[in-house]
Amino acid sequence: MHTFTLAELAKKLRAKEFSVTELTRALLARVEASQPRLNAFITVTAESALAQAKAADRALADGKAGPLTGLPLAHKDIFCTSGVKTSCGSKMLDNFVSPYDATVVEKLNAAGMVTLGKTNMDEFAMGSSNETSWYGPVKNPWNPKLVPGGSSGGSAAAVAARVAPIATATDTGGSIRQPASLCGVTGIKPTYGRVSRFGMIAFASSLDQGGLISITAEDAAMVLGAMAGFDTRDSTSVDTPVPNYVAELDKPLTGLKIGLIKEFFDTGLDADVEKCIREALGVYEKLGATLVEVKLPALPLSVPTYYVVAPAECSSNLARFDGVRYGYRCQDPKDLMDLYKRSRGEGFGAEVKRRIMTGTYVLSAGYYDAYYLKAQRVRQLINQDFKRAFGEVDVLMGPTAPDVAFEIGAKSSDPIQMYLNDIYTIGANLAGVPAMSIPCGFVRDLPVGLQICGPHFAEAKLFNVAHAFQKETDWHRRLPADFAKEVLS
Amino acid sequence: MSLNRDQINSIAHLARLSLTDAEVPVYQDSLSKIVDLVGQLDAAQTAGIEPMAHPLPGLAQRLRPDTVTEKDQHELFQRNAPQVEAALYLVPKVIE
Repeated sequence: MHTFTLAELAKKLRAKEFSVTELTRALLARVEASQPRLNAFITVTAESALAQAKAADRALADGKAGPLTGLPLAHKDIFCTSGVKTSCGSKMLDNFVSPYDATVVEKLNAAGMVTLGKTNMDEFAMGSSNETSWYGPVKNPWNPKLVPGGSSGGSAAAVAARVAPIATATDTGGSIRQPASLCGVTGIKPTYGRVSRFGMIAFASSLDQGGLISITAEDAAMVLGAMAGFDTRDSTSVDTPVPNYVAELDKPLTGLKIGLIKEFFDTGLDADVEKCIREALGVYEKLGATLVEVKLPALPLSVPTYYVVAPAECSSNLARFDGVRYGYRCQDPKDLMDLYKRSRGEGFGAEVKRRIMTGTYVLSAGYYDAYYLKAQRVRQLINQDFKRAFGEVDVLMGPTAPDVAFEIGAKSSDPIQMYLNDIYTIGANLAGVPAMSIPCGFVRDLPVGLQICGPHFAEAKLFNVAHAFQKETDWHRRLPADFAKEVLS
Repeated sequence: MSLNRDQINSIAHLARLSLTDAEVPVYQDSLSKIVDLVGQLDAAQTAGIEPMAHPLPGLAQRLRPDTVTEKDQHELFQRNAPQVEAALYLVPKVIE
């Protein structure tokens, strides 16, 4: 039952082919068996999962079930879960038991979904390989020597290995799409403001957005419908109705205008990955879409723009971790300054400290205009590029990542090399537009992701465009050989 | 551009981060590279361009009625605190 999509599981549960409890037990066994190989989870919530499963079975028997009742998921450990450790992949929060649920968690609990556990991630979502986690790196299910991408590497690996059929994730500069690409699964970063961030631990507040990693676009459409929406507890939440994403999945693509982002094909793209992307674009032509090349001239500046804006915001957001109210505190502080400095110095890992210091530097007196204000102006140029492009085409396409998954350790000593992994994903965060990554083939036996990007609040269009591709291809149904059998040895 | 030891120590102080002696040259190296990377922005023509703070144009800060909406849960919240006494968070002595 591990290979079924969420949509298939929903049907089978209703047909009583198996119960939610049986499904949950089978997946919990897979979680446990996969853990030594993948390290995809930080916390497994077996007991509460079985209680939720029991309640879901009862709801199904009583005819009180909703469309998501009994469907299992995992939450990225950045979402606060009441009474459960919420670590954000950091030693700083290793002892933190959240006193409340994130809105996303609350909504999906209310929808009757079953939470299997909390997935591993780069520390405070800062990383593109999952190597910065205090809990150790996540391994790529396609090859355990390779990274799964990051920061939502645990969510991507769990779905790719069919340990969980869907998982929540977050994306500040590519943290949903890049691991989805490297693990061969579907990922969506919705529009900025679409999903409530209440209880989602903040990294860079003008960029962060919660989303999903799933097997199919259809599955993500089902869950995003329940997850998105206005929340008074998040001041950046947008009060716009949530459309029925599932209803629009099967619209024909005839007449769809796809813009190919010229800058994404110019430099740095692996030749085999490019070939794979071009073949996927051919599928869209067959489906009745037309391809045109579009230019987004400011987009090549998205990496430097991001590495001013994101660290600046992170240095401010992470100031809350002071060793006083929650989180790690150093031993025997000699005074308050020592308490702050050592709690933070010992509690944060190397990459988080690097970003906090970068942010502190670019915001410091005398540098603010040269760096932060300049980056905000370039961000506007990038935003205008996207706006102009969406005046000409319905969606933009290109690669999600410049290459397939790389080896653990290969880029961890050079932050700039690591940052360049997100060269194609950061633009969508800067402009706040929704973007997806879907599996579109393999290069050197490793998955490749196609990125699809739309105008603000065009999630329904993205799901429609992705679903059409997934009806024509089966890349998204491939699973790594090591995880093919239902019972993992 | 290359940042020196003193600059790194000063940034770390502003950020309230203790660094070990071994960490200083590591951050000197990587922060210098990051500053070079973001230096690419200098070439962009941005005269007259409005800085963009976030992606939602026209979003005004929402206000709510000034009424109490939270209940007192300090005991629950303070369970996560490193040191609490009489419902107060304890820190090293600040005032002599």
